[in-house]
Amino acid sequence: MTPLLEVSHVCHSYHTLSGETLALSDLTFSVDKGEFLVIVGPSGCGKSTLLSLISGLIPVEEGTIRLGHSPLTGYRTNIGYMLQKDHLFEWRTVYRNVLLGLEIQKKETPENLEHVRQLLDDYGLTAFKNARPSELSGGMRQRAALIRTLALNPELLLLDEPFSALDYQTRLNVCDDVYSIIKKEKKTAILVTHDLSEAISMADRILILSSRPARICRILPLHFSRPELTPMQRRQEPEFKDYFNEIWKELTEHGQ
Amino acid sequence: MDNELISPRQKEYLKNHRKHHHLVALCRFLAFFLFLVLWEISTSLHWIDAFIFSSPSRILQTMADMSKDHSIFRHTGITLYETLLSFALVVLVSFLTATILWFFGTLSEILEPWLVILNSLPKSALAPLLIVWLGASTRTIIVAGMSVAVFGSIISMYTAFRDTDEEKIKLIYTLGGNRLQVLKNVVIPSSLPSIISILKVNIGLCLVGVIIGEFLAAREGLGYLIIYASQIFKLNYLITALIILCIIAFFLYQGIQKLEHQIRKTRSL
Repeated sequence: MTPLLEVSHVCHSYHTLSGETLALSDLTFSVDKGEFLVIVGPSGCGKSTLLSLISGLIPVEEGTIRLGHSPLTGYRTNIGYMLQKDHLFEWRTVYRNVLLGLEIQKKETPENLEHVRQLLDDYGLTAFKNARPSELSGGMRQRAALIRTLALNPELLLLDEPFSALDYQTRLNVCDDVYSIIKKEKKTAILVTHDLSEAISMADRILILSSRPARICRILPLHFSRPELTPMQRRQEPEFKDYFNEIWKELTEHGQ
Repeated sequence: MDNELISPRQKEYLKNHRKHHHLVALCRFLAFFLFLVLWEISTSLHWIDAFIFSSPSRILQTMADMSKDHSIFRHTGITLYETLLSFALVVLVSFLTATILWFFGTLSEILEPWLVILNSLPKSALAPLLIVWLGASTRTIIVAGMSVAVFGSIISMYTAFRDTDEEKIKLIYTLGGNRLQVLKNVVIPSSLPSIISILKVNIGLCLVGVIIGEFLAAREGLGYLIIYASQIFKLNYLITALIILCIIAFFLYQGIQKLEHQIRKTRSL
Protein backbone atom coordinates (compact mmCIF):
# COMPACT_ATOMS: atom_id res chain seq x y z
CA MET A 1 0.00 0.00 0.00
CA THR A 2 1.38 3.40 -0.90
CA PRO A 3 1.37 5.83 2.00
CA LEU A 4 -1.07 8.77 1.90
CA LEU A 5 1.65 11.35 2.37
CA GLU A 6 5.30 11.06 1.42
CA VAL A 7 7.81 13.71 2.41
CA SER A 8 11.23 13.12 0.93
CA HIS A 9 14.46 15.07 1.38
CA VAL A 10 12.71 18.33 2.18
CA CYS A 11 14.92 21.27 3.16
CA HIS A 12 13.73 24.76 3.92
CA SER A 13 15.45 28.04 4.79
CA TYR A 14 14.23 31.42 6.00
CA HIS A 15 15.53 34.37 4.03
CA THR A 16 16.14 37.74 5.64
CA LEU A 17 18.39 40.66 4.65
CA SER A 18 20.90 39.64 7.31
CA GLY A 19 21.21 36.16 5.84
CA GLU A 20 19.80 32.73 5.32
CA THR A 21 18.81 30.40 8.16
CA LEU A 22 18.39 26.71 7.54
CA ALA A 23 15.16 25.67 9.32
CA LEU A 24 14.46 22.16 8.06
CA SER A 25 17.22 19.87 6.95
CA ASP A 26 16.65 16.77 4.82
CA LEU A 27 13.36 15.50 6.27
CA THR A 28 12.05 12.18 4.97
CA PHE A 29 9.00 10.43 6.37
CA SER A 30 5.62 9.11 5.35
CA VAL A 31 2.14 8.87 6.81
CA ASP A 32 -0.24 5.98 6.14
CA LYS A 33 -3.96 6.34 5.63
CA GLY A 34 -5.82 6.51 8.94
CA GLU A 35 -2.64 7.08 10.93
CA PHE A 36 -2.17 9.68 13.67
CA LEU A 37 1.35 11.10 13.49
CA VAL A 38 2.55 13.53 16.13
CA ILE A 39 5.58 15.73 15.54
CA VAL A 40 7.41 16.93 18.64
CA GLY A 41 10.47 19.11 18.91
CA PRO A 42 11.87 22.06 20.79
CA SER A 43 9.99 25.32 20.25
CA GLY A 44 11.15 27.32 17.25
CA CYS A 45 12.55 24.28 15.45
CA GLY A 46 10.31 24.76 12.41
CA LYS A 47 7.39 22.44 13.18
CA SER A 48 4.80 24.93 11.98
CA THR A 49 6.86 25.62 8.85
CA LEU A 50 6.72 21.92 8.07
CA LEU A 51 2.92 21.97 8.27
CA SER A 52 2.76 25.05 6.05
CA LEU A 53 4.93 23.23 3.50
CA ILE A 54 2.72 20.13 3.59
CA SER A 55 -0.43 22.21 3.18
CA GLY A 56 1.12 24.05 0.24
CA LEU A 57 0.84 27.50 1.85
CA ILE A 58 4.59 27.96 1.33
CA PRO A 59 6.25 26.53 -1.79
CA VAL A 60 8.72 23.68 -1.31
CA GLU A 61 12.26 24.82 -2.10
CA GLU A 62 14.03 21.51 -2.07
CA GLY A 63 12.77 17.92 -2.00
CA THR A 64 9.28 16.63 -2.77
CA ILE A 65 6.01 16.21 -0.92
CA ARG A 66 3.53 13.78 -2.42
CA LEU A 67 -0.09 13.37 -1.41
CA GLY A 68 -1.47 10.13 -2.83
CA HIS A 69 0.31 9.92 -6.17
CA SER A 70 0.63 13.53 -7.19
CA PRO A 71 3.35 15.91 -6.02
CA LEU A 72 2.08 19.03 -4.25
CA THR A 73 1.83 22.28 -6.12
CA GLY A 74 -0.03 25.15 -4.51
CA TYR A 75 -2.73 24.85 -1.91
CA ARG A 76 -4.65 21.61 -1.93
CA THR A 77 -8.23 21.56 -0.79
CA ASN A 78 -8.05 17.93 0.34
CA ILE A 79 -5.86 19.00 3.24
CA GLY A 80 -7.51 20.48 6.34
CA TYR A 81 -5.43 22.79 8.50
CA MET A 82 -6.26 23.66 12.09
CA LEU A 83 -4.45 26.64 13.56
CA GLN A 84 -3.41 27.34 17.15
CA LYS A 85 -6.40 29.53 17.87
CA ASP A 86 -9.91 28.75 16.70
CA HIS A 87 -10.28 32.14 14.92
CA LEU A 88 -14.05 31.93 14.86
CA PHE A 89 -15.34 35.22 13.50
CA GLU A 90 -17.41 37.19 15.96
CA TRP A 91 -19.40 38.80 13.14
CA ARG A 92 -20.76 35.43 12.05
CA THR A 93 -22.96 32.96 13.90
CA VAL A 94 -21.46 29.58 14.83
CA TYR A 95 -23.25 27.98 11.88
CA ARG A 96 -21.97 30.56 9.40
CA ASN A 97 -18.46 30.16 10.84
CA VAL A 98 -18.62 26.43 10.27
CA LEU A 99 -19.76 27.00 6.69
CA LEU A 100 -16.91 29.43 5.94
CA GLY A 101 -14.79 26.88 4.06
CA LEU A 102 -17.68 25.61 1.94
CA GLU A 103 -18.69 29.21 1.22
CA ILE A 104 -15.17 30.14 0.11
CA GLN A 105 -14.90 27.13 -2.16
CA LYS A 106 -18.49 27.58 -3.35
CA LYS A 107 -19.38 24.04 -2.35
CA GLU A 108 -22.59 24.66 -0.44
CA THR A 109 -24.30 21.65 -2.04
CA PRO A 110 -27.20 19.89 -0.28
CA GLU A 111 -24.94 16.88 0.49
CA ASN A 112 -22.26 19.05 2.08
CA LEU A 113 -24.81 21.03 4.10
CA GLU A 114 -26.30 17.75 5.29
CA HIS A 115 -22.79 16.59 6.27
CA VAL A 116 -22.29 19.77 8.32
CA ARG A 117 -25.69 19.32 9.96
CA GLN A 118 -24.69 15.77 10.89
CA LEU A 119 -21.34 16.92 12.30
CA LEU A 120 -22.98 19.65 14.40
CA ASP A 121 -25.49 17.12 15.66
CA ASP A 122 -22.88 14.45 16.46
CA TYR A 123 -20.63 16.81 18.33
CA GLY A 124 -23.25 18.66 20.34
CA LEU A 125 -23.30 22.06 18.67
CA THR A 126 -26.72 22.04 17.01
CA ALA A 127 -28.26 23.95 19.93
CA PHE A 128 -25.62 26.67 19.47
CA LYS A 129 -25.97 27.01 15.70
CA ASN A 130 -27.26 30.55 15.90
CA ALA A 131 -25.13 31.65 18.85
CA ARG A 132 -22.15 34.00 18.55
CA PRO A 133 -18.71 32.40 19.08
CA SER A 134 -18.23 34.44 22.29
CA GLU A 135 -21.13 32.56 23.84
CA LEU A 136 -19.33 29.20 23.51
CA SER A 137 -16.89 27.64 25.97
CA GLY A 138 -13.27 27.11 24.95
CA GLY A 139 -13.89 23.44 24.23
CA MET A 140 -16.97 24.11 22.13
CA ARG A 141 -15.10 26.74 20.13
CA GLN A 142 -12.37 24.24 19.32
CA ARG A 143 -14.96 21.68 18.27
CA ALA A 144 -16.63 24.29 16.04
CA ALA A 145 -13.22 25.03 14.49
CA LEU A 146 -12.68 21.31 13.85
CA ILE A 147 -16.09 20.99 12.22
CA ARG A 148 -15.24 23.99 10.03
CA THR A 149 -12.18 22.03 8.86
CA LEU A 150 -14.03 18.70 8.51
CA ALA A 151 -16.85 20.31 6.52
CA LEU A 152 -14.53 20.31 3.50
CA ASN A 153 -14.02 16.58 3.91
CA PRO A 154 -10.20 16.66 3.86
CA GLU A 155 -8.15 13.50 3.36
CA LEU A 156 -5.42 14.73 5.63
CA LEU A 157 -5.75 16.89 8.75
CA LEU A 158 -2.93 19.12 9.92
CA LEU A 159 -3.18 20.30 13.52
CA ASP A 160 -0.81 23.05 14.62
CA GLU A 161 -0.81 22.98 18.45
CA PRO A 162 -4.59 23.26 18.42
CA PHE A 163 -4.88 23.06 22.21
CA SER A 164 -2.14 25.48 23.21
CA ALA A 165 -4.52 28.41 23.73
CA LEU A 166 -6.71 26.48 26.20
CA ASP A 167 -6.40 26.16 29.97
CA TYR A 168 -5.14 22.81 31.27
CA GLN A 169 -8.45 21.22 32.24
CA THR A 170 -10.23 22.22 29.04
CA ARG A 171 -7.20 21.08 27.14
CA LEU A 172 -7.44 17.50 28.43
CA ASN A 173 -11.14 17.36 27.61
CA VAL A 174 -10.79 18.90 24.16
CA CYS A 175 -7.90 16.55 23.44
CA ASP A 176 -10.21 13.58 24.11
CA ASP A 177 -12.97 15.17 22.06
CA VAL A 178 -10.87 15.96 19.04
CA TYR A 179 -9.14 12.60 19.12
CA SER A 180 -12.42 10.70 19.15
CA ILE A 181 -13.84 12.86 16.36
CA ILE A 182 -10.79 12.27 14.17
CA LYS A 183 -10.86 8.52 14.81
CA LYS A 184 -14.59 8.32 14.24
CA GLU A 185 -14.37 10.21 10.95
CA LYS A 186 -11.42 7.93 10.01
CA LYS A 187 -9.16 10.83 9.18
CA THR A 188 -5.41 10.79 8.75
CA ALA A 189 -3.86 13.43 10.99
CA ILE A 190 -0.55 15.12 11.66
CA LEU A 191 -0.39 17.00 14.95
CA VAL A 192 2.40 19.32 15.95
CA THR A 193 3.04 19.99 19.63
CA HIS A 194 5.77 20.62 22.16
CA ASP A 195 3.74 18.94 24.92
CA LEU A 196 5.17 15.41 25.26
CA SER A 197 2.25 14.04 27.31
CA GLU A 198 -0.17 15.26 24.69
CA ALA A 199 1.91 13.61 21.97
CA ILE A 200 2.06 10.23 23.71
CA SER A 201 -1.63 10.30 24.58
CA MET A 202 -2.72 10.72 20.96
CA ALA A 203 -0.09 9.37 18.56
CA ASP A 204 0.26 6.15 16.61
CA ARG A 205 3.79 7.23 15.82
CA ILE A 206 5.87 10.11 17.14
CA LEU A 207 8.36 11.94 14.99
CA ILE A 208 11.02 13.65 17.09
CA LEU A 209 12.77 16.67 15.60
CA SER A 210 16.02 18.21 16.78
CA SER A 211 16.45 21.93 17.43
CA ARG A 212 17.12 24.22 14.47
CA PRO A 213 18.04 23.22 11.81
CA ALA A 214 15.43 20.52 12.40
CA ARG A 215 16.46 16.96 11.56
CA ILE A 216 14.56 13.78 12.30
CA CYS A 217 16.10 12.33 15.47
CA ARG A 218 13.85 9.37 15.56
CA ILE A 219 10.48 8.00 14.52
CA LEU A 220 8.96 6.14 17.44
CA PRO A 221 5.95 3.83 16.99
CA LEU A 222 3.79 3.57 20.13
CA HIS A 223 2.33 0.30 21.33
CA PHE A 224 0.00 0.07 24.28
CA SER A 225 -0.90 -3.37 25.63
CA ARG A 226 -4.55 -2.33 25.87
CA PRO A 227 -5.86 -1.20 22.47
CA GLU A 228 -8.44 1.48 21.68
CA LEU A 229 -7.65 3.82 24.54
CA THR A 230 -8.72 7.44 24.71
CA PRO A 231 -5.94 9.99 25.27
CA MET A 232 -7.07 10.33 28.89
CA GLN A 233 -6.91 6.55 29.47
CA ARG A 234 -3.50 6.32 27.85
CA ARG A 235 -2.14 8.71 30.44
CA GLN A 236 -2.81 6.09 33.12
CA GLU A 237 -1.09 3.20 31.32
CA PRO A 238 2.33 1.96 32.52
CA GLU A 239 3.82 2.39 29.02
CA PHE A 240 3.02 6.12 29.14
CA LYS A 241 5.82 6.94 31.60
CA ASP A 242 8.36 4.81 29.71
CA TYR A 243 7.62 6.53 26.42
CA PHE A 244 7.78 9.89 28.15
CA ASN A 245 11.25 9.17 29.50
CA GLU A 246 12.43 7.80 26.20
CA ILE A 247 11.34 10.88 24.25
CA TRP A 248 12.61 13.20 26.95
CA LYS A 249 16.03 11.57 26.72
CA GLU A 250 16.01 11.80 22.94
CA LEU A 251 15.11 15.50 23.03
CA THR A 252 17.69 16.46 25.65
CA GLU A 253 20.43 14.62 23.76
CA HIS A 254 19.67 16.23 20.41
CA GLY A 255 18.04 19.41 21.68
CA GLN A 256 21.23 21.33 22.28
CA MET B 1 -35.76 43.09 35.70
CA ASP B 2 -37.58 41.71 38.72
CA ASN B 3 -37.46 44.23 41.54
CA GLU B 4 -37.33 41.59 44.27
CA LEU B 5 -34.13 40.14 42.86
CA ILE B 6 -32.20 43.37 43.38
CA SER B 7 -30.37 43.54 46.69
CA PRO B 8 -30.55 46.79 48.72
CA ARG B 9 -26.89 47.48 47.95
CA GLN B 10 -27.48 47.07 44.21
CA LYS B 11 -30.47 49.43 44.54
CA GLU B 12 -28.30 51.94 46.34
CA TYR B 13 -25.66 51.66 43.63
CA LEU B 14 -28.22 52.17 40.85
CA LYS B 15 -29.72 55.14 42.68
CA ASN B 16 -26.34 56.78 43.09
CA HIS B 17 -25.52 56.14 39.47
CA ARG B 18 -28.74 57.77 38.32
CA LYS B 19 -28.23 60.67 40.71
CA HIS B 20 -24.76 61.31 39.33
CA HIS B 21 -26.09 61.12 35.78
CA HIS B 22 -28.83 63.67 36.47
CA LEU B 23 -26.42 65.97 38.26
CA VAL B 24 -24.08 66.05 35.28
CA ALA B 25 -26.96 66.74 32.87
CA LEU B 26 -28.31 69.51 35.09
CA CYS B 27 -24.92 71.19 35.48
CA ARG B 28 -24.33 71.06 31.73
CA PHE B 29 -27.58 72.86 31.13
CA LEU B 30 -26.98 75.34 33.97
CA ALA B 31 -23.52 76.22 32.70
CA PHE B 32 -24.97 76.99 29.27
CA PHE B 33 -27.88 78.90 30.71
CA LEU B 34 -25.64 80.92 33.03
CA PHE B 35 -23.41 81.78 30.11
CA LEU B 36 -26.39 83.10 28.12
CA VAL B 37 -27.67 85.13 31.05
CA LEU B 38 -24.25 86.62 31.74
CA TRP B 39 -23.83 87.43 28.05
CA GLU B 40 -27.23 89.14 27.89
CA ILE B 41 -26.68 91.12 31.11
CA SER B 42 -23.19 92.24 30.24
CA THR B 43 -24.37 93.63 26.90
CA SER B 44 -27.47 95.34 28.30
CA LEU B 45 -25.39 96.93 31.10
CA HIS B 46 -22.78 97.94 28.49
CA TRP B 47 -19.92 96.00 30.10
CA ILE B 48 -19.18 94.77 26.59
CA ASP B 49 -20.17 96.29 23.28
CA ALA B 50 -23.25 94.57 21.85
CA PHE B 51 -22.31 95.75 18.36
CA ILE B 52 -19.14 93.63 18.44
CA PHE B 53 -20.16 90.81 20.78
CA SER B 54 -23.85 90.57 19.88
CA SER B 55 -26.19 89.08 22.50
CA PRO B 56 -28.59 86.14 22.87
CA SER B 57 -31.65 88.32 22.30
CA ARG B 58 -30.15 89.89 19.18
CA ILE B 59 -29.25 86.44 17.86
CA LEU B 60 -32.82 85.24 18.39
CA GLN B 61 -34.06 88.36 16.63
CA THR B 62 -31.66 87.72 13.71
CA MET B 63 -32.82 84.11 13.47
CA ALA B 64 -36.44 85.25 13.38
CA ASP B 65 -35.70 87.84 10.69
CA MET B 66 -33.79 85.33 8.59
CA SER B 67 -36.55 82.75 8.98
CA LYS B 68 -39.03 85.23 7.58
CA ASP B 69 -37.18 85.61 4.30
CA HIS B 70 -36.11 81.91 4.43
CA SER B 71 -32.47 82.86 3.95
CA ILE B 72 -31.47 80.97 7.11
CA PHE B 73 -32.84 77.72 5.68
CA ARG B 74 -31.19 78.33 2.31
CA HIS B 75 -27.74 78.97 3.79
CA THR B 76 -27.98 76.05 6.24
CA GLY B 77 -29.37 73.69 3.63
CA ILE B 78 -26.61 74.51 1.13
CA THR B 79 -23.85 73.99 3.68
CA LEU B 80 -25.41 70.76 4.90
CA TYR B 81 -25.86 69.45 1.36
CA GLU B 82 -22.26 70.25 0.41
CA THR B 83 -20.92 68.69 3.61
CA LEU B 84 -22.89 65.47 3.25
CA LEU B 85 -22.01 65.12 -0.43
CA SER B 86 -18.30 65.67 0.14
CA PHE B 87 -18.43 63.27 3.11
CA ALA B 88 -20.06 60.57 0.99
CA LEU B 89 -17.42 61.08 -1.70
CA VAL B 90 -14.61 60.95 0.88
CA VAL B 91 -15.92 57.64 2.23
CA LEU B 92 -16.25 56.20 -1.27
CA VAL B 93 -12.89 57.40 -2.58
CA SER B 94 -10.91 56.47 0.53
CA PHE B 95 -12.51 53.03 0.78
CA LEU B 96 -11.74 52.25 -2.86
CA THR B 97 -8.22 53.64 -2.64
CA ALA B 98 -7.46 51.77 0.60
CA THR B 99 -8.70 48.56 -1.01
CA ILE B 100 -6.49 49.06 -4.06
CA LEU B 101 -3.48 49.88 -1.86
CA TRP B 102 -4.13 46.74 0.20
CA PHE B 103 -4.32 44.62 -2.94
CA PHE B 104 -1.11 46.00 -4.42
CA GLY B 105 1.43 46.24 -1.61
CA THR B 106 4.15 47.61 -3.86
CA LEU B 107 1.89 50.42 -5.06
CA SER B 108 1.22 51.47 -1.48
CA GLU B 109 4.95 51.49 -0.77
CA ILE B 110 5.49 53.76 -3.78
CA LEU B 111 2.65 56.14 -2.89
CA GLU B 112 3.11 56.30 0.88
CA PRO B 113 5.40 59.36 1.09
CA TRP B 114 3.19 61.29 -1.35
CA LEU B 115 0.08 60.55 0.66
CA VAL B 116 1.79 61.70 3.85
CA ILE B 117 2.88 64.95 2.21
CA LEU B 118 -0.57 65.64 0.77
CA ASN B 119 -2.11 64.86 4.14
CA SER B 120 0.08 67.32 6.03
CA LEU B 121 -0.38 70.10 3.45
CA PRO B 122 -2.68 72.85 4.83
CA LYS B 123 -5.75 72.40 2.65
CA SER B 124 -6.81 76.06 2.89
CA ALA B 125 -3.74 76.75 0.76
CA LEU B 126 -5.28 74.60 -1.97
CA ALA B 127 -8.60 76.46 -2.07
CA PRO B 128 -7.47 79.43 -4.25
CA LEU B 129 -5.99 76.96 -6.73
CA LEU B 130 -9.23 74.99 -6.82
CA ILE B 131 -11.15 78.15 -7.66
CA VAL B 132 -8.88 78.77 -10.65
CA TRP B 133 -9.20 75.19 -11.82
CA LEU B 134 -12.86 74.53 -11.17
CA GLY B 135 -14.40 78.03 -11.05
CA ALA B 136 -16.37 79.58 -8.21
CA SER B 137 -19.02 76.91 -7.97
CA THR B 138 -20.54 74.26 -5.72
CA ARG B 139 -18.14 71.77 -7.33
CA THR B 140 -15.16 73.70 -5.96
CA ILE B 141 -16.64 73.76 -2.47
CA ILE B 142 -17.31 70.03 -2.48
CA VAL B 143 -13.77 69.33 -3.68
CA ALA B 144 -12.44 71.67 -0.96
CA GLY B 145 -14.47 69.73 1.62
CA MET B 146 -13.07 66.45 0.32
CA SER B 147 -9.49 67.71 0.17
CA VAL B 148 -9.37 68.28 3.94
CA ALA B 149 -10.50 64.76 4.82
CA VAL B 150 -9.62 62.41 2.00
CA PHE B 151 -5.86 61.85 2.40
CA GLY B 152 -5.98 61.23 6.14
CA SER B 153 -8.95 58.98 5.62
CA ILE B 154 -7.11 56.90 3.00
CA ILE B 155 -4.09 56.53 5.29
CA SER B 156 -6.13 55.52 8.34
CA MET B 157 -8.32 53.12 6.42
CA TYR B 158 -5.34 51.46 4.75
CA THR B 159 -3.63 51.15 8.15
CA ALA B 160 -6.76 49.53 9.58
CA PHE B 161 -6.82 47.06 6.66
CA ARG B 162 -3.15 46.24 7.13
CA ASP B 163 -3.51 45.67 10.88
CA THR B 164 -5.75 42.66 10.29
CA ASP B 165 -4.67 39.61 12.29
CA GLU B 166 -2.26 37.63 10.07
CA GLU B 167 -3.48 34.34 11.54
CA LYS B 168 -7.07 35.12 10.56
CA ILE B 169 -5.84 35.79 7.03
CA LYS B 170 -3.95 32.50 7.08
CA LEU B 171 -7.18 30.75 8.08
CA ILE B 172 -8.86 31.88 4.86
CA TYR B 173 -5.90 30.59 2.85
CA THR B 174 -6.03 27.23 4.68
CA LEU B 175 -9.68 26.98 3.66
CA GLY B 176 -8.60 27.43 0.05
CA GLY B 177 -9.52 31.12 -0.29
CA ASN B 178 -7.86 33.77 -2.46
CA ARG B 179 -6.95 37.39 -1.71
CA LEU B 180 -10.36 38.74 -2.67
CA GLN B 181 -12.00 36.35 -0.20
CA VAL B 182 -9.53 37.42 2.48
CA LEU B 183 -10.65 41.01 1.85
CA LYS B 184 -14.34 40.17 1.93
CA ASN B 185 -14.37 37.71 4.81
CA VAL B 186 -11.71 39.05 7.17
CA VAL B 187 -10.18 42.41 6.31
CA ILE B 188 -13.36 44.46 5.86
CA PRO B 189 -15.44 42.94 8.68
CA SER B 190 -12.60 43.17 11.18
CA SER B 191 -11.79 46.79 10.17
CA LEU B 192 -15.40 47.94 10.56
CA PRO B 193 -14.95 49.44 14.06
CA SER B 194 -11.93 51.46 12.85
CA ILE B 195 -13.83 52.53 9.74
CA ILE B 196 -16.61 53.92 11.92
CA SER B 197 -14.21 55.96 14.03
CA ILE B 198 -12.61 57.24 10.80
CA LEU B 199 -16.07 58.37 9.68
CA LYS B 200 -16.56 60.19 12.99
CA VAL B 201 -13.40 62.23 12.48
CA ASN B 202 -14.08 62.90 8.82
CA ILE B 203 -17.60 64.24 8.99
CA GLY B 204 -16.19 67.12 11.07
CA LEU B 205 -13.27 67.64 8.69
CA CYS B 206 -15.60 67.81 5.69
CA LEU B 207 -17.53 70.59 7.39
CA VAL B 208 -14.25 72.47 7.93
CA GLY B 209 -13.35 72.08 4.25
CA VAL B 210 -16.76 73.18 3.04
CA ILE B 211 -16.62 76.35 5.17
CA ILE B 212 -13.14 77.13 3.81
CA GLY B 213 -14.50 76.66 0.29
CA GLU B 214 -17.50 78.87 1.00
CA PHE B 215 -15.27 81.63 2.37
CA LEU B 216 -13.66 81.93 -1.02
CA ALA B 217 -16.02 80.73 -3.68
CA ALA B 218 -19.65 80.97 -2.66
CA ARG B 219 -22.72 83.12 -3.08
CA GLU B 220 -24.62 81.22 -0.40
CA GLY B 221 -24.00 78.92 2.55
CA LEU B 222 -22.97 79.57 6.13
CA GLY B 223 -19.31 80.15 5.22
CA TYR B 224 -20.40 82.83 2.76
CA LEU B 225 -22.70 84.32 5.39
CA ILE B 226 -19.81 84.56 7.89
CA ILE B 227 -17.50 86.33 5.40
CA TYR B 228 -20.25 88.62 4.15
CA ALA B 229 -21.35 89.56 7.69
CA SER B 230 -17.78 90.30 8.77
CA GLN B 231 -17.23 92.56 5.76
CA ILE B 232 -20.32 94.64 6.41
CA PHE B 233 -19.81 94.41 10.18
CA LYS B 234 -23.11 92.71 10.89
CA LEU B 235 -21.82 90.62 13.75
CA ASN B 236 -25.28 89.40 14.75
CA TYR B 237 -25.35 87.49 11.48
CA LEU B 238 -21.85 86.17 11.95
CA ILE B 239 -22.47 84.79 15.42
CA THR B 240 -25.84 83.36 14.37
CA ALA B 241 -24.07 81.49 11.57
CA LEU B 242 -21.50 80.18 14.06
CA ILE B 243 -24.23 78.89 16.35
CA ILE B 244 -25.97 77.14 13.47
CA LEU B 245 -22.62 75.55 12.57
CA CYS B 246 -22.31 74.24 16.14
CA ILE B 247 -25.76 72.71 15.87
CA ILE B 248 -24.96 71.13 12.48
CA ALA B 249 -21.71 69.65 13.80
CA PHE B 250 -23.54 68.21 16.78
CA PHE B 251 -26.24 66.55 14.67
CA LEU B 252 -23.80 65.16 12.09
CA TYR B 253 -21.81 63.55 14.89
CA GLN B 254 -24.99 62.19 16.44
CA GLY B 255 -25.97 60.74 13.08
CA ILE B 256 -22.72 58.78 12.81
CA GLN B 257 -23.11 57.61 16.39
CA LYS B 258 -26.60 56.33 15.59
CA LEU B 259 -25.12 54.47 12.62
CA GLU B 260 -22.40 52.97 14.81
CA HIS B 261 -24.98 51.85 17.34
CA GLN B 262 -27.02 50.24 14.59
CA ILE B 263 -24.03 48.37 13.15
CA ARG B 264 -22.90 47.13 16.57
CA LYS B 265 -26.39 45.88 17.28
CA THR B 266 -26.75 43.90 14.06
CA ARG B 267 -23.24 42.47 14.29
CA SER B 268 -23.50 41.03 17.78
CA LEU B 269 -27.14 40.09 17.86
